[in-house]
Amino acid sequence: MALITYREALNRALREEMRRDDRVFIMGEEVGEYDGAYKVSKGLLDEFGEMRVRDTPIAENGFAGLGVGAAVAGLRPVVEFMTWNFALLAYDAIVNSAAKMRHMSGGQFTVPIVFRGPGGSALQLAAQHSQVPDPWYANIPGLKVCTPATPADALGLLKSAIRDDDPVVFIEGELLYNVKGEVPDDEHLVPIGLADIKRVGEDVTIVTHSKMVHVAMQAAEKLAAEHEVEAEVVDLRSLRPLDLDTYVASVKKTNRAVVLEEGWPVAGIGAQIVDDIQREAFDYLDAPVARVSGLDVPMHYARALEKLIVPDAEAVIRAVKHVCYLD
Amino acid sequence: MAKTEDEIMQGDLQGIPREKLMEMLRWMVLSRRFEEKTAEAYQTGKIGGFCHLYIGQEAVAAGAIAALREDDYVFTAYRDHAQALVRGVSSDAVMAELYGRVGGASRGAGGSMHIFDRDVNFMGGHGIVGTHLPLAAGVGYAIKYRGGDQVVLCFFGDSVVNGGPFHEAFNMVAKWELPVVYVVENNSYGMGTDIDRVAAVDDLFTRACAYQGKKAEQVDGMDVLAVYDATNRAVERARETSRPTFIEARTYRYLGHSMSDPAHGTYRSREEVQAERDNDAINSLVDRMEEAGLLTEEEYKELDAAVIEEVERAAEFAEASPVPGRDEIYAHVYADEFRGGLDRRDAWR
Ligand SMILES: Cc1ncc(C[n+]2csc(CCOP(=O)(O)OP(=O)(O)O)c2C)c(N)n1
Ligand SMILES: [Mg+2]
Repeated sequence: MALITYREALNRALREEMRRDDRVFIMGEEVGEYDGAYKVSKGLLDEFGEMRVRDTPIAENGFAGLGVGAAVAGLRPVVEFMTWNFALLAYDAIVNSAAKMRHMSGGQFTVPIVFRGPGGSALQLAAQHSQVPDPWYANIPGLKVCTPATPADALGLLKSAIRDDDPVVFIEGELLYNVKGEVPDDEHLVPIGLADIKRVGEDVTIVTHSKMVHVAMQAAEKLAAEHEVEAEVVDLRSLRPLDLDTYVASVKKTNRAVVLEEGWPVAGIGAQIVDDIQREAFDYLDAPVARVSGLDVPMHYARALEKLIVPDAEAVIRAVKHVCYLD
Repeated sequence: MAKTEDEIMQGDLQGIPREKLMEMLRWMVLSRRFEEKTAEAYQTGKIGGFCHLYIGQEAVAAGAIAALREDDYVFTAYRDHAQALVRGVSSDAVMAELYGRVGGASRGAGGSMHIFDRDVNFMGGHGIVGTHLPLAAGVGYAIKYRGGDQVVLCFFGDSVVNGGPFHEAFNMVAKWELPVVYVVENNSYGMGTDIDRVAAVDDLFTRACAYQGKKAEQVDGMDVLAVYDATNRAVERARETSRPTFIEARTYRYLGHSMSDPAHGTYRSREEVQAERDNDAINSLVDRMEEAGLLTEEEYKELDAAVIEEVERAAEFAEASPVPGRDEIYAHVYADEFRGGLDRRDAWR
């Protein structure tokens, strides 16, 4: 085991997979000479050269589409978006081409591509640079969606995503790059579509993903210390496939659930999870399921308001106390 | 006055061997007859959805694809029946696709707009205007990555030149020297909009001038030999120097944009359409071949009859091909088993 950052884990995944398979290449803005806007691709240009570490023009629709074409022709591109906010210009390539070509060709073409980059709010980046794109992609059949919260999951999921024969949307946490965690020294793969129980508890289930896993963990520690409530934290890790077996089993055990996400409430991923729970575990519930999400507004620049808009541990604690009838 | 052998070689038929001329003629006639049958089947409800006919434009697909090698790639937009046929997708597979049957090129999942055939590197059949230009560039990137010498041929409509993907793709193929030949089929209209009303240039090929290293030229898209010649040179350049080319083929669609609108109406006159029909690409090649003594009326009739026969058999094949079963719904969404089952939430169905 080594203690490394989330950023280093992603870099290791890229390097290992590029060494293992010469069809794997990375492209995007600033990925080469500049070492990546967030330094995820650091040092790769030196090792693999220009054809495999391709600096692109600022043309998201163009280079994402080019990646899809290269994938269809048998390569395994990793397309980096400087952040997912800019991938809105590539939504057509991802949704209309990558997610559809296998299906509409009757299974003849396969599109083994990874689209990756940071999502979510960071610090005072305001409305256009603070969005949570997760549900926009989780809604699309034909895509897979990964949202790792820890360095070990970042490593294992990115390696699986690169080896996957289908298009994978890989959303990193912009504020997670410096988070440290233990990572196995040996080859480490995490299956796509498998949730992980990050904390075991008997009293309530908190279902969440990405950066909010850390918020849930904070809340859980405080709930244990101050309210004698033991929360089970389910980290989804992937939003498509969505591992309902794991969270439904947890809710059947705890009989209470809080669903937490950083993004907007309407048609957010949490809405789907609540539906899964009511459908598959209705008779086990001792309270209505509570949702905690980002507030239903564009992100504010002012720090004081940004803090109110993004869910924090206190909000999670209030929701947990509510479903446990402690408020 | 009859022409000498030499004049023929250097004249209208450009010294192209008879066999090749016959091949191109056959493709054009097949495309035309196939789509006449398509229109008939659409009227009787056997074909549904959006369906865009290519009648009038046959010389572009036939002439350009004739310049390719078997291992090259072809992309096009939704008006894709002729491109598929000329590329070598069987009439049976194209017709069955239009009928939405499992015997179709895309197993009935794509329909008229999304014909795919991996066996002949026919890469679709794309329904979003402009979306496939970057994809074609990506196949070019893969060819270069592997050090291959194949070429990508990518067709699209005139309305594409005003959008972002056109410029993004052109910039990348020029800068990275990718072996892609782009052919705009300038039929003067995007649905009911005259290209002159929406493009800031008169000649679309001049749009490529902004991209250093990208050659561009305009050809008469109603002359199959001119299209063949221009594409041949572009393909050779791509194969030998890995450089892109942009060809503007001036052509004309005789019928409406799709099955739901008339051939002429608010945006163009009956006279205009008739004038274009008088300049028909098939007739023009037949005339030139007959004049050169390379084709008799009898031979042409035989060819036409054989093609009609092929199209009729394709319709019979499509009719007999099974409708996709329920199992096809989930069959081709992912390469592997979807964890938890893709139908997990599809209750009451
Ligand atoms: C991005 C996008 N916008 C609008 C449409 C609807 N649409 C389909 S075809 C078409 C006209 C395209 O004209 P052109 O590119 O000249 O091709 P042609 O039909 O003449 O072959 C339009 C507007 C679409 N398919 N995609
Ligand atoms: Mg047009």
